[in-house]
Amino acid sequence: MSREITHHLTDALLMGYSAGVLPEAFNIIVAAHVSMCDECRARLAEFDAVGGEVVAMTETAEMAPDSLSRTLAAIADAPADANDAQEEHAAQGDAGGLPRPVRDYIGGDLQTVKWRRVGGGVRQAILPTSANASARLLHIPAGCAVPDHGHAGTELTLVLQGAFRDDTDRFGAGDIEVADEDLDHQPVAEEGVDCICLAATDAPLKFNSMLPKLAQPFLRI
Amino acid sequence: MAKVRQSGLKKSAAADRMAWVAQVEAIRDRQDQAAFAELFGHFAPRVKAFLMKSGASPELAEECTQEVMTTLWRKAHMFDPAKASVSTWIFTVARNRKIDILRKERRPEPEDLPWGPEAEPEQGEAMVLQQETRKLGQAIADLPDKQKDLILKAYYGELSHSEIAEQTGLPLGTIKSRIRLALDRLRRQMK
Repeated sequence: MSREITHHLTDALLMGYSAGVLPEAFNIIVAAHVSMCDECRARLAEFDAVGGEVVAMTETAEMAPDSLSRTLAAIADAPADANDAQEEHAAQGDAGGLPRPVRDYIGGDLQTVKWRRVGGGVRQAILPTSANASARLLHIPAGCAVPDHGHAGTELTLVLQGAFRDDTDRFGAGDIEVADEDLDHQPVAEEGVDCICLAATDAPLKFNSMLPKLAQPFLRI
Repeated sequence: MAKVRQSGLKKSAAADRMAWVAQVEAIRDRQDQAAFAELFGHFAPRVKAFLMKSGASPELAEECTQEVMTTLWRKAHMFDPAKASVSTWIFTVARNRKIDILRKERRPEPEDLPWGPEAEPEQGEAMVLQQETRKLGQAIADLPDKQKDLILKAYYGELSHSEIAEQTGLPLGTIKSRIRLALDRLRRQMK
């Protein structure tokens, strides 16, 4: 997939994903960006290589005496896995625009998403993840704005379709914005195509419905 | 409590790397149990220690290590030595198992690259990547203790994402640069 991607994952996110310490919602967005971005795919491979070397230089623990024979017995019970490559290839086939990790969580493609209105023409669909962070798809009609909001924690926003602009820059398909509590922004979808994003945040979540603008300064959604 | 002992980083390492690759290929091509036993002897005690450091009990770590090594056998045909070293590959399998077992979560993985017609693995590319990965390991081992400990802690899951983000002093850029070059070459070929 060659796109003009100009906003990439941070080293901390790639390392966290590689080390396996990110919340599930962040893992989805990292996996989705890497699916779209060769640059970050290569950077992730580096971090995985670091992990491999950490295992290689780790002290050893003593294995149970029958460990190898039990493993060989397990292999004898279910030796082959030759169909995997084909199956995985087949699974890639129905690309349809969304990266596979996102399709896996939706359980299909964009048409299968059950959107809910959250105000101002914006719709969202929350993905099923562990509770320590949340991931949602956002559908922002072309030219529309997501109400101004701050962040209590880290918020990652990956553009899947269309583009948005905020105070900091323009974000097109494949771009990821990494925002922390210092950023107050008002993303606006570009004219032309509706903008679809995947957003994840580890802040305690009160984002189920967009509240009237008046309430926002007090609630910091 | 299982005993844990220091192994130190030995270096007949360059030859080891390609030997491990050959062992995985022997498993793939002729279900070679002796090759598997060699890999098991080297990696299983490290994987088990890694899982225990990540918070698994010795019993769970033992069971999980056996599963990781079983996966290595079953997925031997998926291993590509031009993309990863054997230790990298085993690490990713062990990490995913760890998330599955300790956190009981799904692990979303990136979509595979759309490969063209099956490319014949390039021996030279594999060699370069294996050597660079070995140098990476050496570079990590040579780091000052404080920096090395931070990297170990991160991969043992002792640092949260924000704690990793706060560690501005991690010298990862320099130690990873060479393996990056090897991977860049690979990416250009795939386009």
